[in-house]
Amino acid sequence: MTTLILGDNYNAKMVSPGFSFSLCLNMHSFGYRANALLTFAVTILALMCAMASLTDNFNAPTPTAHVQVFNINWFQKQPNGNDEVSMTLNISADLQSLFTWNTKQVFVFLAAEYETYKNSLNQISLWDGIIPSKEHAKFWIHTSNKYRFIDQGSNLRGKEYNLTMHWHVMPKTGKMFADKIVMPGYRLPEEYR
Amino acid sequence: MVGIDDFLNCGYYHLGLVEEARRGGEEGGSDVKRYGLVVVSVLGFTELGSEGQCVGSAVCYTLWRSFDSIFLFSLLSSLLFLKMDWQGQKLAEQLMQIMLLAFAVIAFVSGYVMASFQMMILIYAGGVIFTTLLTVPNWPFFNRHPLTWLDPSEVEKHPKPQPSANVTQKKKPIKK
Repeated sequence: MTTLILGDNYNAKMVSPGFSFSLCLNMHSFGYRANALLTFAVTILALMCAMASLTDNFNAPTPTAHVQVFNINWFQKQPNGNDEVSMTLNISADLQSLFTWNTKQVFVFLAAEYETYKNSLNQISLWDGIIPSKEHAKFWIHTSNKYRFIDQGSNLRGKEYNLTMHWHVMPKTGKMFADKIVMPGYRLPEEYR
Repeated sequence: MVGIDDFLNCGYYHLGLVEEARRGGEEGGSDVKRYGLVVVSVLGFTELGSEGQCVGSAVCYTLWRSFDSIFLFSLLSSLLFLKMDWQGQKLAEQLMQIMLLAFAVIAFVSGYVMASFQMMILIYAGGVIFTTLLTVPNWPFFNRHPLTWLDPSEVEKHPKPQPSANVTQKKKPIKK
């Protein structure tokens, strides 16, 4: 009977802990809540960025490009035995469909591709540019080649080559997409100029 | 170490005031103007322009300044005898998770519909700050089921039972 009475009192009420202990309880729960909130917020941010990157897959781009070799400025053999060409190009392209809400910029470059007896594929970058926004993605440019067109050896006389426009769609978050358009049917002159 | 001048310059830069940015900001600008410039620099933080330092500095500074007052307020509210009971803590945790998820969904959908990544980030950042304000400090509505502590004077009236007394009482019925 004695134990029952004591049990009654001790189930019904609690003894107040010390003052400093209750302070520690509150400090702990505040820091705990702040930490939990920050961790959860950052995790959800990472998930949102992953989802934003996934939406890029639903974009079906339809880019177009056309390059005209306006003029061959000169075509020489260098003293070290390598051929070099300098040409003026008219490059026109419409890359607006590549841009999504998750696109930071598009890096585009034009490469000449040809075959020699030594290498089955040679690729030379002739010009590149950065397109910062959709408004700048439809362009026409008249320029000489930004980078020198030099062969390994002297195989360029009368060479047939493709001009390929490559682009890298750089996202704000997530996966980068790269693709190209091959434009065949260009031919270098038979003789040095 | 990045200082406030970098943010002011970023803000001028994003407002198109390149001359001011080059001069290194205004020395005696009003507080409102200075904070306004910081906000402008934050709004431009998702645009990685040539001012690369804008990104890291703007983010850190905004977080610091906005959480500065929230952190201080929460800390003070928990120190100054404003408490949360157990039910309140559970409510706070649930509220925090639901609010963050809701703001994430709203931010993603509105960003996708408006085709603006920046809008998504801004809405989500606003949501995080709002959730912090609502769930971290010890608001009174988290204390609706307070714990009833026993008065210290009552404690003395009901002393704790001694372990030896229980043992002798148990032995007596067995013997009899």
